[in-house]
Amino acid sequence: MSGHMNLTLKVWRQKDAKSTGKLENYEAKDISPDMSFLEMIDVVNESLIKKGVEPIAFDHDCREGICGACSMYINGEAHGPKRAITTCQLHMRSFHDGETITIEPWRANAFPVIKDLVVDRSAFDRIIQAGGYVSVNTGVTIDANSIPIEKEIADDAMDAAACIGCGACVAACKNASATLFLSAKVSQLALLPQGQAERQIRVEAMIDQMEEEGFGNCTNTEACSAVCPKEIGQHHIARMNREFFGAKLSSPKK
Amino acid sequence: MSWFTKTVFSTSVGRKVIMALTGLFLCTFLAVHLAGNFQLLHQDGGEAFNLYTKFMTSNPLIKAISYVNFAFILAHVVWGAYITYKNKSARSVGYAVNNPGKTSSFSSRWMGVLGTMILIFLVIHLKDFKMAYLGITKDLPMVTYTLENDEKVIVKDMFSEVNLEFHEPIVVGIYVIGMIALGFHLFHGFQSAFQSLGLRHPKYTPIIKTVGFVFWGLIPFGFAIIPLIIFFR
Ligand code: HEM
Ligand code: FES
Repeated sequence: MSGHMNLTLKVWRQKDAKSTGKLENYEAKDISPDMSFLEMIDVVNESLIKKGVEPIAFDHDCREGICGACSMYINGEAHGPKRAITTCQLHMRSFHDGETITIEPWRANAFPVIKDLVVDRSAFDRIIQAGGYVSVNTGVTIDANSIPIEKEIADDAMDAAACIGCGACVAACKNASATLFLSAKVSQLALLPQGQAERQIRVEAMIDQMEEEGFGNCTNTEACSAVCPKEIGQHHIARMNREFFGAKLSSPKK
Repeated sequence: MSWFTKTVFSTSVGRKVIMALTGLFLCTFLAVHLAGNFQLLHQDGGEAFNLYTKFMTSNPLIKAISYVNFAFILAHVVWGAYITYKNKSARSVGYAVNNPGKTSSFSSRWMGVLGTMILIFLVIHLKDFKMAYLGITKDLPMVTYTLENDEKVIVKDMFSEVNLEFHEPIVVGIYVIGMIALGFHLFHGFQSAFQSLGLRHPKYTPIIKTVGFVFWGLIPFGFAIIPLIIFFR
């Protein structure tokens, strides 16, 4: 068919968390440039199933860039060559006929591979559990806009809240650091009135948890923001650092 | 452990504060050191430089600062090595194909190596000049100068030693390479230190970038040009 492409895929295959994996070659034939990257893998998986080969396991859910599941390191970049998108929003028109595409899972000791391209990102959940929440006693529902918040502050908090927890920041960081992820939540809640009560214990607990999970130290390479599908900026990290210093100097915890 | 040691040893953000504060202190040291080095370019047979050297090695305040400086270099190296080790061990299995150049600067990815080059340079530098001045590796001749108020001072002739060294192609080469490494180190390091300290704002980040050029561009250039001028003079 005209316009359709044939590609060679090099895909990380790993039976389970305990096995050692390796890159395997697969042919992706007759791929439409209008397909999404995940649809392309669906096509390859169909052909693998027909051949009796175990299909490639990969995480996916919404397929519209909002759940953050589709973790893939494509040709040496988190979510592939385009910016501000997730893998499910990447289309095959970003590749050319005959190209070899290498697909690897996120690499970080804090994100162990479960199978093929699927990694365990529960370290992120534990970081959020450590402090990325607000405690609200239930009662009468209050009107949504009863607390006035300045537009600029609301916008900045919203930008931080856009984080989908995909882990591309960790995957792209040379130090496998979760600092951008953490800072998005700390910054969002530090900006909003609802976040004030737990403001200091939050940042301390979350940073301690990041350390415990084995993520690296931020060295400000800024690769995280460059690959972030939601374009979460470096100023959130600066704000988190300020929050941390403030907490260390004055939080009730000894 | 007290809250303080816990913060600066066992939290990533705390460790970076040590890197940033020691790094920025070393930056101010560089500026002062370079201002002094320009005395080498006076065509006065070394009088300005030798008197300056005497002042820098005998003034108690400057001496105290120099001890702080050595301690800070040591802390910077120790923390830098620890951070680099921690970061390497956060990813035991790397990528088969990786393209970090598209998302981060060369300097930011090679800080550990650039720092090690600077450390090697510092060791050579201190052996060449500091140890010579202290009389450990050399016995420098003394010179006598008459000051404006007719007072006579006798000082070590450090200038002739520096002048001699800076006519050796290898020494000049090591200096230039060391300063290139320093330039790259500070291209990332200077502005990074402010980010580590949480200082980022549209109001002053542009100023940090501009002043950063002085530190990663002009200062290393200044250090490197002096041996080159003396060599070719
Ligand atoms: C005159 C000499 C030096 C100056 C002025 C200097 C300055 C700096 C500055 C300002 C930073 C940024 C700190 C931050 O990002 O918060 C930095 C980072 C760093 N320095 Fe140096 N440095 C010097 C020598 C060295 C030496 C000798 C080493 C090691 C052998 C070294 C290793 C490092 C490392 C590994 C980093 C990266 C740490 C990080 O980004 O977290 N530096 N330096
Ligand atoms: S599958 Fe949900 S973001 Fe890609």
